[in-house]
Amino acid sequence: MLEGLVALLPQVIFDGLLLGFVYAMIALGYTMVYGVLELINFAHSEIFMIGAVVGVEVFRYLGPAIPNGIVVLLLALLLGAIISGLMAMVVERLAYRPLRARGTTNRLVPLITAIGVSFVLQDVVRFIEGLWHNEFKLQMRVIPPLDGNFTFLTVFVQYKALILILVSLLMLFGLNYLVNRTKLGTAIRAVAQDMSTARLMGINPDVIISRTFLIGGALGGVAGVLFAVQYSTIDPYVGFFPGLKAFTAAVLGGIGNITGAMVGGLVLGQLETLSGTYLPTLTGGNFGTEYKDVIAFLILILLLLFRPQGLLGQVVKEKV
Amino acid sequence: MNRQTANIVVLGLALLSLALLWYVPGALAGALGLVGVVLAAYLRPSMSVRAGALALLALGFTLALSQVPRVNILFYGLVAVLVALITIPGVPRWIKALLGIAVLLVSVPIAGFNNTFFLELGIQIGIYAAMALGLNVVVGMAGLLDLGYAAFFAIGAYTWAIFGSPQAANFLSGSFPLPGNYFYLFMALAIITTAITGLLIGLPALRLRGDYLAIVTLGLGEVVRVLANNLDHPVNFTNGPQGITPVSRPDIGWFHSLMSSIGVELDARTDYQFFFYLLVLVIIGIVVLVNINLGNSRFGRAWIAIREDETAAKAMGIPMLGTKLLAFATGAAFSGAMGVIFAAQRTFVSPESFTLLASITILGMVVLGGMGSIPGVILGAAALTAINTDILKSFSEYLNNLRQAGVLSLPSQVEPAKYERLVFGVILVLMMIFRPQGLIPERRHQLEIEEAKEAQR
Repeated sequence: MLEGLVALLPQVIFDGLLLGFVYAMIALGYTMVYGVLELINFAHSEIFMIGAVVGVEVFRYLGPAIPNGIVVLLLALLLGAIISGLMAMVVERLAYRPLRARGTTNRLVPLITAIGVSFVLQDVVRFIEGLWHNEFKLQMRVIPPLDGNFTFLTVFVQYKALILILVSLLMLFGLNYLVNRTKLGTAIRAVAQDMSTARLMGINPDVIISRTFLIGGALGGVAGVLFAVQYSTIDPYVGFFPGLKAFTAAVLGGIGNITGAMVGGLVLGQLETLSGTYLPTLTGGNFGTEYKDVIAFLILILLLLFRPQGLLGQVVKEKV
Repeated sequence: MNRQTANIVVLGLALLSLALLWYVPGALAGALGLVGVVLAAYLRPSMSVRAGALALLALGFTLALSQVPRVNILFYGLVAVLVALITIPGVPRWIKALLGIAVLLVSVPIAGFNNTFFLELGIQIGIYAAMALGLNVVVGMAGLLDLGYAAFFAIGAYTWAIFGSPQAANFLSGSFPLPGNYFYLFMALAIITTAITGLLIGLPALRLRGDYLAIVTLGLGEVVRVLANNLDHPVNFTNGPQGITPVSRPDIGWFHSLMSSIGVELDARTDYQFFFYLLVLVIIGIVVLVNINLGNSRFGRAWIAIREDETAAKAMGIPMLGTKLLAFATGAAFSGAMGVIFAAQRTFVSPESFTLLASITILGMVVLGGMGSIPGVILGAAALTAINTDILKSFSEYLNNLRQAGVLSLPSQVEPAKYERLVFGVILVLMMIFRPQGLIPERRHQLEIEEAKEAQR
């Protein structure tokens, strides 16, 4: 039995890598917003879901028209990034900014708003899809050459998986460059560090916050499209678990820390596929794959107990 | 409008509604009566006119319900009278109490015996109100955001469902189901188990900033659902997605004889419903008392201090972890106790009832009514339960009728009953942006808002 498990290992690690990249991209959206606003943006999982839905729709309408799957995917990624990014901006403008403008000190208010927005977005998408196609579950129809595959040593690799890895690496390096090397990135870091001093330095925090939501949302949208391409079946409530886990990943890496979010995502992706694959075999089928969600949660709890600042985070003093 | 005109308008409308409700009972008369209740609450008639009008309207709704028990709006009229009684200042307490008891113990049962749906609705409102009051301790008083409150409800419900059904025989020797009267014991047990669960979950999460609690409880809610769904193997604890049924109910022979001694004959259709209705009323009474007393206790004041300013509270020497844990565990215990009642009343428990949506519904009740405000939370529970169990469904039926008549062509996916999330989400967002203190604000919140306005000037 042990040999079988070992033989499976490269495949499991590869699958975990794919999941990890998806988590990493979503986690970046959480961590950036948390960095500037200290808000858990629950609606981010729905921004991700919107990206996935856009992906499905693009393939539904352009798939038959354009024969090349790569072109369709690029269009889907672009459209997903734009729509999700704009959606995140709209959410910030309509729901979060009025709260900031009022100067609420109660920390619950933005959190409750965020969870409310998340619910609204879920059902708005559900309503639109219901009206449009009378569908709840959406099926992704990928077209060649995305559905092609080859076997590398013992690992079964789909072309779409390679594209997922490539695109997410590009996005992650791009974001790192943007945050650390550009003027906008400096401004974002300044606002995250101290909003009022940043304002004194001639930075308009509202603009920067809006841009942060745009960037985080676009990343979430890209992650959504790739998720839909990779895992095929989605629905308007599909964002919840990836969102929860991506947040766990962000905490795992140290929330507010961009590199940390990536590392956290990759680690969590591995842990989840490993436990999802081996738990049933190791426990003789007593505990099935369903428990992989429980594993992610246990990790979060343990982390909060023993290393709340995360793997790469530093202990921060509370702003008073 | 001066008081005299208000008096005449309110009293006139009340009398008119009463006459209509009596002679031509129906939706139209009910709607007029509802307008009457609203006017009695919002215009400023004298105290005696207000109390009189509410009494007349309550009488009217009751009379109408005894003739046409299928018109739901009449029942909402009664609920509105109750809400008006809890919220309106200026009516002497004994009048409120008398009228409230009359509505709860005479009007609602009369309506309920003619149409059991109303008893069911009353029970649901009661269960959710009690839970929302529990969550109110956590969210409203201590300012901790709990997004997995339904998890404790589930733990309570399963505690009784497993032992009150043959389910427990799968892993224990002995004769199961336990006799129905263990129900009361299990309410106490559920309070203990859920409080302990609350402590275990709160311990890691509450040491950190409040936001982490939100995400941990969100995760907990899902984990409990996953466990309920999957713990049917290797040992069958929860019977998985099918759920557990039948769950024993307490023995109510004594209740039958008690009721017949005061001249109420119960039949098999209504006896348990009426019993649970009264039980829930008693529990709400207890919960409200506990809430008020907790709010005024040393802990209540500490909770409010933490809610208002954590750093300052810490500086004043309030032990953070212990105080927060107490709030969290208290809230959990309320939920657990209601879970036991829920299991026994339905005789059926399945993971379906304990989703994230359920947690957010209860949060919505607290937010809609007003965090920290007891009458507000009860109002929120009544409103959202009515939306959930009745109004959305009626709207769906209405649309379906239109669809079948061919007036409307809508895809089958578009059905209002499935859009609770939208309704609750919109409520949460709008309340937070426009009225964060809720429909019936707690006095302290009210003062804060006024102070903030003063400061802005």
